[in-house]
Amino acid sequence: MRHIISLLLENEPGALCRVAGLFSARGYNIESLSVAPTEDPTVSRMTLVTSGSDAIIEQITKQLNKLVDVVRLLDLTEGSHVDREMMLIKLKAAGPQREEIKRLSDIFRGRVLDVTNTSYIIELTGAADKLDAFIEALDKTSILEVVRSGSLAVGRGEKSLRL
Amino acid sequence: MEKLSGAEILIQFLKDEGVEYIFGYPGGAVLHIYDELYKQNYLKHILVRHEQGATHMADGYARVTGKPGVVLVTSGPGATNAVTGIATAHMDSIPMVVITGQVPTNAIGSDAFQEVDCVGITRPCVKHNFLVKDVTELAATMKKAFFVATSGRPGPVVVDIPKDVTRPDLRIPYQYPAKVSMRSYNPVTRGHAGQIRKALDLILSAKRPMFYTGGGVILDNASEALRELTRLLGYPITNTLMGLGAYPGTDKQFVGMLGMHGTYEANMAMHECDVLIAIGARFDDRVVGDVKKFCPEAKIVHIDIDPSSIAKTVKVHVPIVGPVGSVLRDMIAMLKEGDRRPDADALEAWWKRINEWRSMDCLKYEWSDDRIKPQYVVEKLYQVTGGDAYVTSDVGQHQMWAAQFYPFDKPRRWVNSGGLGTMGFGLPAALGVQFAHPDATVACVTGEGSIVMCIQELSTAKQYDLPVKIINLNNRYLGMVRQWQEFMYEKRESHSYLDSLPDFARLTESFGHVGMTIEKPSDVEGALKEAFALKDRLVFLDFITDPTENVFPMMMSGRGHNEMLLSELCKNRELA
Repeated sequence: MRHIISLLLENEPGALCRVAGLFSARGYNIESLSVAPTEDPTVSRMTLVTSGSDAIIEQITKQLNKLVDVVRLLDLTEGSHVDREMMLIKLKAAGPQREEIKRLSDIFRGRVLDVTNTSYIIELTGAADKLDAFIEALDKTSILEVVRSGSLAVGRGEKSLRL
Repeated sequence: MEKLSGAEILIQFLKDEGVEYIFGYPGGAVLHIYDELYKQNYLKHILVRHEQGATHMADGYARVTGKPGVVLVTSGPGATNAVTGIATAHMDSIPMVVITGQVPTNAIGSDAFQEVDCVGITRPCVKHNFLVKDVTELAATMKKAFFVATSGRPGPVVVDIPKDVTRPDLRIPYQYPAKVSMRSYNPVTRGHAGQIRKALDLILSAKRPMFYTGGGVILDNASEALRELTRLLGYPITNTLMGLGAYPGTDKQFVGMLGMHGTYEANMAMHECDVLIAIGARFDDRVVGDVKKFCPEAKIVHIDIDPSSIAKTVKVHVPIVGPVGSVLRDMIAMLKEGDRRPDADALEAWWKRINEWRSMDCLKYEWSDDRIKPQYVVEKLYQVTGGDAYVTSDVGQHQMWAAQFYPFDKPRRWVNSGGLGTMGFGLPAALGVQFAHPDATVACVTGEGSIVMCIQELSTAKQYDLPVKIINLNNRYLGMVRQWQEFMYEKRESHSYLDSLPDFARLTESFGHVGMTIEKPSDVEGALKEAFALKDRLVFLDFITDPTENVFPMMMSGRGHNEMLLSELCKNRELA
């Protein structure tokens, strides 16, 4: 099953490597991983999407907690949460395609960020499957580049993952 | 406040931390530190002959004292040579602080002379590591390193120090950081009382109970508590390879080691028990065999300080996260407060069954008048040393025979690389033990394959007059490899024969020690007595042993505890 794990990490050099290295050393999957500093410059927030059986997910959370640089950890999948991903997609857009792509982008609530005579860059935000669906709806030959952020997620309600 | 350089801070810190020995080897990146070592006489620096030797010596020292071993090596090859010893300590949870030199901060990343990414290379085989980028961080980082290495589940910590951080002209005020707190690192200090009660209820309801305990009991100095609980309950107990000595090896409740080369009675009792009490043990594959066949009838209690050890491979029914010593003491108190006692009738029947298994005498071996049996050497070693020596070993058949035939009655007496299985560990570890206990009897049981992997440390032994005794079980084979090839590869002995061996006695003599070669069974006891009578000399005893001997019983990989391969002597017995 797909799990979204949120981590607060010490903002130390090498902290990211410790997490990534753990996954490769123990053979766990990483679907996506995104990390950036928070309002507190001493900690980074990481959102990690992984998958595995319950036993494997249990080991993943325990092994992550064991890392000295991990300050807090929460498996967001255990509760209700909001999950968003951002995509920047560059598309060939010339002739009759232009209207079609614009219309599709509007349906998915995308924003056109850059326009040339022959291309569009579209920004799209949503759950990962919405981004998948947009790509699916496009003519594959029109896709020039796909850049995705990986999931960002936060638990619903006032309860928070913080120091 | 007096201002100190980075090198002075490091030395002063180590003194303040109570460090006595540093095992090391100098080189460019650590010369500022070595210059400060020269100017003082409190810290004893032990000059090794190879950085791997330094790590194993520090490791041996740590295993018998419980104090962290300290290593100092230079950058580049100094650090990479230390990696095997760091990984060895990591697998066995041994507290160690390894200080590595690094090229100056402004040269990092430039492929400078003797530069490696030490923090990167060691990251997967340490408990934690640090790169000190500024001298103002040095003292606090060192304190964190010792704290992390020795607390919770212990382990090695590497501190990588660029050369400019220790330079003599950059001076700052120093104060020993007596306290340390790390918001991201808080090891558990007590077990959950509710879980302990639940575990005790299950333990008391057992009809066929079994204690299975590992190195964690020794690391937490919990042997006394373990002995008290085991005796109060009257249950059988087995120890892992790492846990030998936690419970007296000669006690009647002890059924021997378990696992791949465990005793018949220990493994059979594992297979048939209905409640398994696992303490400070990690369900290693060499212990468990096939997970699907493991303790099929048992409900399992698991006490461990490391939450990630629990349910890693085997599902447990009552997990308790906490230091084993405190958990066991809490459990003993609860047991004494309550009225409930074990089911005496069930226990009597269970012991009857165990004693039947025991009567097979699964370790017995065939005697020979003309070939020295390796088991016989270890038995005689036990007798000659009164069962009270510190014994280190390398890795292979000799390691298993030492574990099987030298029962340890005290913790921290048996020193071996159980997790990583590092050949070359035994000799330097024995030297580390001798530093810790200068007057103790220290024996290194080894083989002709392992011993040459760190043989250069004979020179260190000479420099510091360390009278260890090396028991070389020389069968001219990588014996365990040959055994597997015999059983699993139709006797195709691919590269397991060691040709062109040195004359070990003369080799040892060339290092300034005493060397003996023993070829006849009738000479074994006399040679051992003679060697151990030489209290102030290192003696290398090269026993030319039977090359065909195998280690039994053997639980082949993928098998269950009830599917052991037995020696010919025992097979007949089993049929009868």
